[in-house]
Amino acid sequence: MLILSSITKAFGGLQVLQNINLAIPEQRIFGLIGPNGAGKTTLFNIITGLLAPTSGNIEFFGHSLTGLAAHQIARRGIARTFQNIRIFKDMSVIENVMVAILRQARYSALRVLVPPALLGRQCVERSEARSLLARVGLAAKAEILAGSLSYGEQRRLEIARALATRPKFLLLDEPTAGMNGTEKHQLMEDIVKMAETGLSLLIIEHDMRFVMGICQEIAVLNFGQLIAQGTPEAIRAIPEVVEAYLGNESDGDFATAK
Amino acid sequence: MEWLETFWATYSTLVLSVGTNVLLALSIYLTLACGLLTVANAAFMGIGAYTAALLSLHGSLPFYLSLTLGALLPAMVAVMLGPPTLRLSGVYLAMATLAFGEIVRITLLNTENLTGGALGLNGIPQYTRWFDVFAIVVGALYVLLRFAGSRIGRTMMAIRQDEVATELMGHNVRAYKLFAFTLGAGLAGLAGGLNAHFTFFISPNEYGFDRGVEILAMGVLGGTGSPWGAVIGGLLITLLPELLRTLGDYRPLLNGVILILIILYSPNGIWDLKRFIRSRHFVPVS
Amino acid sequence: MLAQQLVNAISLGGVYALFALGFTLIFGVLNVVNLAHGAIFMLGAYTALQAVLLFKLPLTVAILAAMIVTAAAGWLLDYFIFAPLRARQAPHLAPMIATIGLSISLTSTIQGMFGAENLRFPVHGLAAETLQVGGVQITALELQIIFLAFLLMTVLLWWLMHTRMGCALRAVAESRKAAAILGINVEGLFRLTSMIAASLGGVAGVLIALYTNAVFPQMGQPMLHKGIAVVILGGMGDIRGALLGGFFLGCAEVFSVAYIGSTMRDAVAFGLLFTILLLRPEGLFGKAAQRRA
Repeated sequence: MLILSSITKAFGGLQVLQNINLAIPEQRIFGLIGPNGAGKTTLFNIITGLLAPTSGNIEFFGHSLTGLAAHQIARRGIARTFQNIRIFKDMSVIENVMVAILRQARYSALRVLVPPALLGRQCVERSEARSLLARVGLAAKAEILAGSLSYGEQRRLEIARALATRPKFLLLDEPTAGMNGTEKHQLMEDIVKMAETGLSLLIIEHDMRFVMGICQEIAVLNFGQLIAQGTPEAIRAIPEVVEAYLGNESDGDFATAK
Repeated sequence: MEWLETFWATYSTLVLSVGTNVLLALSIYLTLACGLLTVANAAFMGIGAYTAALLSLHGSLPFYLSLTLGALLPAMVAVMLGPPTLRLSGVYLAMATLAFGEIVRITLLNTENLTGGALGLNGIPQYTRWFDVFAIVVGALYVLLRFAGSRIGRTMMAIRQDEVATELMGHNVRAYKLFAFTLGAGLAGLAGGLNAHFTFFISPNEYGFDRGVEILAMGVLGGTGSPWGAVIGGLLITLLPELLRTLGDYRPLLNGVILILIILYSPNGIWDLKRFIRSRHFVPVS
Repeated sequence: MLAQQLVNAISLGGVYALFALGFTLIFGVLNVVNLAHGAIFMLGAYTALQAVLLFKLPLTVAILAAMIVTAAAGWLLDYFIFAPLRARQAPHLAPMIATIGLSISLTSTIQGMFGAENLRFPVHGLAAETLQVGGVQITALELQIIFLAFLLMTVLLWWLMHTRMGCALRAVAESRKAAAILGINVEGLFRLTSMIAASLGGVAGVLIALYTNAVFPQMGQPMLHKGIAVVILGGMGDIRGALLGGFFLGCAEVFSVAYIGSTMRDAVAFGLLFTILLLRPEGLFGKAAQRRA
């Protein structure tokens, strides 16, 4: 579904990503792990179109994404969340989601001017937003200002917003950061449910228990290079991977994570 | 009826000024709503004013036609200026538009054969009637209110808060900004044309920095919450110097003080104060 | 002929550099675009003029008075406007809009007090003295302008590079949080920077007023635009850039007047500004802000 071929990214003399080859099939929960600074978020930025790769190609469902603007890539069905949550703090929770609800057809500015034409649409948009909020358990807080939500709730809002764009592929950047055990467990269940509806996910995470518990396949990035790829059990056994994490203070002991 | 006549005789200029200022405030409301700080609207007003005036004076075109063309030309300039300029963020955009404004003013000053240069254009036919201004203001207000309440307005608010996140949701941010910029330019040009046809004399210095600041003050005072804010901003900025008669020449001073006070105490404009009274979930916005 | 123009360019460029220095200091350290800098420039000119006219003070004392008054203005600016906005962590556009407001208020007040016409310094034979240096005619005034501009720039640079306070200032410009953790009085330095920057602008005002022998309320406006052009050319917040950019603009203006004509002189700065913003917004020395997510 998503194929990265020889992706390289350099900032001036600094080589951030080297020759990344990755193939993510449909309906897969894919994990992306690696020490801080390995280039994971940069890879996300390249996939979503915020950064252009220095060389290499990205194919999504057979079509090349090279040269497309970020919003065009988003419309093709790729959505993402951010490491530092970027919700619209001054808008209400439901408005946050409504911004993301797109229609297939191009939205005509002229139709806006005729009142009746909009009413129907607004109702539909609102109810769709509400059901998305219900999926992440935020339905009760729909009218509240997004900035006043708790950290965990804000993360869930970001996910709801990403889902609103009806993506085929969702990138989550450290979704469990700042969450407690119960919230992480809930998130694991939600992600599994999302995958069951046909969504593919690529998740950057540091919490090994989370990653091992939920991902069907994992890629390991270190210093901009892909050093390993495979099932959780296979990854755990590779010495280079363990070495990459020596000295790293990640959640949960690597060797004993289930 | 006689009361109306005397009222009009005394206050016609004021009423028409209120109208054009509200239009100008609406023009900058749109750009501010997208998070763009542009001070180019005074220049667009000037381009519109000169275009419409010259067409009426030398081309003898009917009023509404010169008005329309006077709104179209600044819009076209905006469409060309937009793509390279709107890439710039915050500070740089403000400065680029400031530079643009000055370039326009200097060009107007230096093209005497066409524009009369520093001496300005005199004898513009006074076509503007109160219902022209009224109709256009109401029309613009209606359109902008429709936009604001729709997903266009919501998307613009999202763009204002976080461009990148909005783009990643599939919205063509560049297109929205260009749209706001161009429509704003057109409205400002329209205001310029209307204004020129009742003051019957225009000169380049009317469309310089002072005017740009006044427009900005109206926009900031009104806030980005709703087009009604622009209406209030335009009203207040036009009427305050009249109410405080003694000020006279100190009009720019008043605008300046208003800008400072609003930024310091109610950054989202006067409209924000109303939200404060109404909403239960008020979170201070910085 | 060329050398003559060069001398003009250096004196003009020196003043532009001085003005731009103040502007870029505030941006580099306080991270604020001070659009009231032009008004402060104008304030300096009026202060010196009044010192000479009303109080019959000699020119050097008048310049000093201008520096003091504008430094006080800088203090007030930081205390009443910048500091509250910092405390509130207001977005970048807020201080910009507030300084626009201040600029217009100041200009309007001065215009109300002294009128809109062009005022002149009483010519005390200062400008009349000309010297011949290597075939080039240079007035004593120009010499003094060049001297003063270079002196102030040197003093400032030396202070920034070689004193503890200067070092602390550079630390704050790099990262105010890190500087605060190191025990540096960040707020105090902000206030000091505002004062220094303002007084640099004030001196530039007096010098330009002497050079062109014209003092009028709107004089800050075109100067501000030129200052912006210089600072953007050299890179916002970069001191070398401000200095080099100032001289570059001085040369560009003088040579364009000589060879193109004086009517479009101000347009040179704007044209330059516009082109730079479109091609390379970060200027010659600035850091490109490319961080997106």
